[in-house]
Amino acid sequence: MLSIIQYEELEILLNDLDTRYGYDFTEYSKASLQRRVQRLFAADKFPSFAEFRYRLRHDPHYFRRFVEEITVNVTEMLRDPAFYRVLRTVILPVLATYPFIRIWHAGCSTGEEVYSMAILLKEAGILHKSLLYGTDINPQVIEKARKGIFPMSQMQKYSENYILSGGLKDFSSYYTANYHLARFDAALGEKMVFSTHNLAADSSFNEFQLILCRNVLIYFERDLQNKVLNLFDTSLENLGYLALGAKESIRFSPLDSRYRQVGREKIWRKGL
Amino acid sequence: MSNNRLIVIGGSAGSLHVMFDLLSGLRPGFPDAVLIVLHRNTQSDTGLEELMSAKTGLPCKEVEEKEPVLPGIIYLCPPDYHVLIEKQHTFSLDYSERVNFSRPSIDVTFKSAALAYGESLTAVLLSGANADGAGGLEFVKQQGGLTVVQDPSTAEVSFMPEYAIARGKIDLVLRAEDMPAVIFGPRPV
Repeated sequence: MLSIIQYEELEILLNDLDTRYGYDFTEYSKASLQRRVQRLFAADKFPSFAEFRYRLRHDPHYFRRFVEEITVNVTEMLRDPAFYRVLRTVILPVLATYPFIRIWHAGCSTGEEVYSMAILLKEAGILHKSLLYGTDINPQVIEKARKGIFPMSQMQKYSENYILSGGLKDFSSYYTANYHLARFDAALGEKMVFSTHNLAADSSFNEFQLILCRNVLIYFERDLQNKVLNLFDTSLENLGYLALGAKESIRFSPLDSRYRQVGREKIWRKGL
Repeated sequence: MSNNRLIVIGGSAGSLHVMFDLLSGLRPGFPDAVLIVLHRNTQSDTGLEELMSAKTGLPCKEVEEKEPVLPGIIYLCPPDYHVLIEKQHTFSLDYSERVNFSRPSIDVTFKSAALAYGESLTAVLLSGANADGAGGLEFVKQQGGLTVVQDPSTAEVSFMPEYAIARGKIDLVLRAEDMPAVIFGPRPV
């Protein structure tokens, strides 16, 4: 017989985690959370919900595993090449006019997007005056992002993405292959700062000209989406840009009236 | 939140024409929502909504993030995202790992629809070449929904329906032409 975690049980868990560890997942999309929690529950072979709950409440190490497993860490380099082409041709030329460029990748996971951006900035000749902040709720992925080492098996796909995004160089010139791993050029990593940050609870920490948060808001309920969009609004300079995932939008948020979309991509400019 | 039924139809290789045949049995004023989970080529087969809409006279649209599930509409999963359903009957998109090599995955949608709709869910699995859907049908069954699988002998690719039948108890195994009356008609007791 299947043991299915019901929504009432999920609510109990989330309240436990908020009280016990101060991690508030109560405004996350429940369908997505249920799926991740169900998967973890099955993978770790708990005999009952009660035992699962007990372990989570009393074992901080297991709670760490929980956070690592229920957050979604799927990412890739230069995903949606058309999006990166617009960054190259429309956004970066504007950013190039600033003396100093600050970019925030919110929910950056293992850092592939941050490295993608660094490559674009380097090719635009403005990496030297840029600083890229990568943040994620999950400390484990932040550790990986700092290393700048990605699976070699993905490089062919990334190279194709790179060419489609308008890249003119040999993509392999950006990394050193070492068996099944690709270590990216340390010069790219020098302009990056990685840190944990919880979009649901933490506040703004700087002002940016560009914030990217792609395929993160889909995991939040609408109230939390709006809260996070307000956080981005507070963290964005006037005339700065906000980039979201292909299926995300500011349409139902308070930002809608004060931002204008850039072409057909999910990029909006503040204050126009 | 409505008490309307939801009908989720999952298909892979060899299911598209069956899907069209099924849906052409629908007429404007149909009181339930229909959600199609089709393994499709990323980007390539655009225009599916228009075609389905033209065949049925019902509005057909790609699922949008957090929109409510409304009766009388045929929803299509967007390529490269999983589609989940919240307990208050709104859609959520999910870009996590592929399941059964698939995104959208039929299992993912069946399971979350089972939790959100319980007995008011009908889950239908059609032709296909992989194992997607079978695990989801178990969830549907356990939550009290109705499980329907295309008769493998009438499926262009029989693996997917055969796999589901082998794995669990299915309420109804039907030939494609017998499906519309059952899945769109009044719920059998």
